[in-house]
Amino acid sequence: MLKFLLQRIVQGIVVMLVVAFVAFCIFRFLGDPVNNMVGDSATEEEKEQIRQQLGLDEPVAMQYLKFVSNIAQGEFGTSYRTRTSVIEQMKERLPATLELSFISGMLSILLGIPMGIYSALHPKSWLSKQFLVGSLMGISIPTFLTGLLLIYLFSVVLGWFPSQGRGGLVELGWWTTSLLTVKGWSYIILPALTLCIYQMTLITRMVRAEMIEVMRTDYIKFAKARGLPDRIVQYRHGLKNSLVPVITIIGLQLGSVVAFSIITETVFNWPGLGQMFIQSIEFVDIPVMSAYLIFVGAFFVILNLLVDIAYAFIDPRLRVH
Amino acid sequence: MSSLIRINNLQVEYPSRHGVFIALNQISLNVDAGTIHGLVGESGAGKSTVGSAIVGLLENPGHITAGEIIFDGQRIDEHSEKSLRALRGRSIGMIFQDPLTSLNPLLTVAEQLTETIIYHLKFSRKEAWERCLQLLREVDIPDPEQRAHYYPHQFSGGMRQRVVIALALCSEPKLLIADEPTTALDVSVQAQILQLIKRLTKSHNLGVILVTHDMGVIAQTTDKVTVLYQGQVVETGDTQTILKDPQHGYTQSLLSAVPRADRKLKRFPHASWIEDDVQSNFSDLLDDWKASSVKIVKGESQNILSVNKLNMHFKTAGSLFSGASKIIKAVNDVSFDVKRGEVFGIVGESGSGKSTVARMITRLYEPTSGNIAFEGESVTGTIPKVRLNHYRRCTQMIFQDPYSSMNPRMRVRDIIAEPILLYGLANKKEAFLRVNKLLEHIGLDTAAGLKFPHEFSGGQRQRISIARALATEPRLLICDEPTSALDVSIQAQILNILKDLQEVLGLTMIFISHDLPVIRQMCDRVAVMKQGHLLELTETAELFNSPKHEYTRTLLKLIPSAPVTCDSVDSHITTT
Repeated sequence: MLKFLLQRIVQGIVVMLVVAFVAFCIFRFLGDPVNNMVGDSATEEEKEQIRQQLGLDEPVAMQYLKFVSNIAQGEFGTSYRTRTSVIEQMKERLPATLELSFISGMLSILLGIPMGIYSALHPKSWLSKQFLVGSLMGISIPTFLTGLLLIYLFSVVLGWFPSQGRGGLVELGWWTTSLLTVKGWSYIILPALTLCIYQMTLITRMVRAEMIEVMRTDYIKFAKARGLPDRIVQYRHGLKNSLVPVITIIGLQLGSVVAFSIITETVFNWPGLGQMFIQSIEFVDIPVMSAYLIFVGAFFVILNLLVDIAYAFIDPRLRVH
Repeated sequence: MSSLIRINNLQVEYPSRHGVFIALNQISLNVDAGTIHGLVGESGAGKSTVGSAIVGLLENPGHITAGEIIFDGQRIDEHSEKSLRALRGRSIGMIFQDPLTSLNPLLTVAEQLTETIIYHLKFSRKEAWERCLQLLREVDIPDPEQRAHYYPHQFSGGMRQRVVIALALCSEPKLLIADEPTTALDVSVQAQILQLIKRLTKSHNLGVILVTHDMGVIAQTTDKVTVLYQGQVVETGDTQTILKDPQHGYTQSLLSAVPRADRKLKRFPHASWIEDDVQSNFSDLLDDWKASSVKIVKGESQNILSVNKLNMHFKTAGSLFSGASKIIKAVNDVSFDVKRGEVFGIVGESGSGKSTVARMITRLYEPTSGNIAFEGESVTGTIPKVRLNHYRRCTQMIFQDPYSSMNPRMRVRDIIAEPILLYGLANKKEAFLRVNKLLEHIGLDTAAGLKFPHEFSGGQRQRISIARALATEPRLLICDEPTSALDVSIQAQILNILKDLQEVLGLTMIFISHDLPVIRQMCDRVAVMKQGHLLELTETAELFNSPKHEYTRTLLKLIPSAPVTCDSVDSHITTT
């Protein structure tokens, strides 16, 4: 097990080095970084000085190594746009994105799995059919449209929730949270719902398909033949086996919730990393873009690692090797 | 003495769009405590439905429409789901065919056992654990304290079936329904499991309903037997009486189709109860073959195939940290010659490497080392494409599973014509003419060519496989367990076809099987394999009469005793 973990960690590091290389290439070769940094009035001498300061006269391989070691120390350079440290800027926005993703991930799991179970166990009931129709809509409607529809319904027509921004913040050290106040929740609920609908429908459908499959297997038949009550057969034997493949999907989906919260954050003017990324694209703020790239890469790698651990935890057949 | 379970005129129906399918038609059955009652029949006979009907686990939309089931003096067919569930497990235990899939892979054996014990007997955790160990000991699981904490995948197939039996016995049921409990197991394991069931029947005074398709199992294990055919009871009575003196035509036909281990018959006496047996005249096929480009030599005792020191090693994937990957020696220094025109048998249990040898001969696997020569020319390693194509055309294979060995989206006509067109033996029009001829020879009409594989039964599909293999006019036919997925009567027909073919066309065959009686009926010489090694190679009669190797002797001893005495079958052969 430990060997397996180590192996996965090494693989993760390799992936991160590749991602860092792509980020490095963006930084180094997408336009002249020096020109981007200095104003139009700078002389050739000043430029040369900055070039030396940044180490841009060294061989490319050296620069890459330096780039990687800087990242490892949490040094992502300076934003072209705001002239502040990229890491500071990200640190400021990270809580917003992580909280949004966390809430929407939890929502999609807490709603999706029970709906999946229900529609698998009662395939002919009226409610199951509604779930399936609803999930089809959830998959078909693009996120920005869902967001706009929710804003129209809950902010414009009903006026229950604010439509823009993040409020009701409480500071815990450098982390700002909106989860401790009612006001904070009223801000996060709409974007979280928007973000979760797609994942939720996917999870519902996965759980349903897997569970229907599992309920047909011999060991379920045998469990029934042993006279075990439905509750044990369905949950202890059925659900646990259905969740093995579902976990992969959930892990990958949570990754994409963070990575692709860009659209939702834009629609709701949510001050998270996605919004920062959009703004940095507009200004060709390359250090921020490459930092965001590395962040998303790292997030996926860590999630995958967690999924692997969860897998081995649930399925004993994977533990042996 | 009143019986433990009495079934009177039970009728089970499955309504569907195409009308009502009657799975069981007026079945009556009596099982006493302390006896094993066999239910025998071929696929579609409804034998498994009986078990499901008793415990109320009929699959939707099946339901009981008439008759009664009286268990322990109580009528249970009208019970509600809830009281049936109380009966299941507590008074009636069930075991299923495939021990690999009967256990939940995510829970340890102890978890599955104690869960059932606690639910039924309301034991405390500690008492349940004690009972769990006791049960595992009773089914002969060595070292139960430790093994109870194993997960199902850590047990072998036979051990898993023991665990399944332990689970079924958790709360001392009175009736055990065993649905093909040994079909998925090797003969040596099968004998042990049957022995175990027999022993438990006596020690627990159980009533056992043993569902099987295997007459050998019936003969060896049961006290009474009921023969089912298409949902109806054909014959019922004492096992010995029925086997010695079957009254009904179907029972007779079924018994005569069982391959015999004691001596070789020229052909299986005809087994025409389900599908027509074809006694096809292959001689006009021979004329075609004589005209074909490949020379056919009959009766010359020259080796057609020589296998020399063949090795096949599979590597398990090495990982980053454990640099050395494990090597599994699937085939180890195997050498043999196949004479022209003979049927060469390879026999062995699962994992013996017999199929791997076949795959190397057909060049589906590249051997790790060693050499294969066809008609004196090497066909391993890099050889000219022309020679390889010629070799491939001359060796054809018939696979075990007739369901997955044909492309479900191709018409039968195209499936059979494919190899003809591939090797450019004829143009499309001629190829289809050839296909029609082949179809006739294997007992299907030419209209069958336009249908898709799923429209045929297993036996018919295996005939199509044979036609496909014959399409290129091969010299060497490799049959890898060609009948082990089929019912006995169908098996008899397929083996008859192969025998006829071999005789008329002088085909050389390599016949791979785990089933010794089938080997006896088919082969001239036999190689016995175990764990990748060739242990013994001799004439078939020699092998059965005076086996040299210890392992061969054990295998022979484990063949379920011949169900019939010689006289009854002989008289049956002459009468039909």
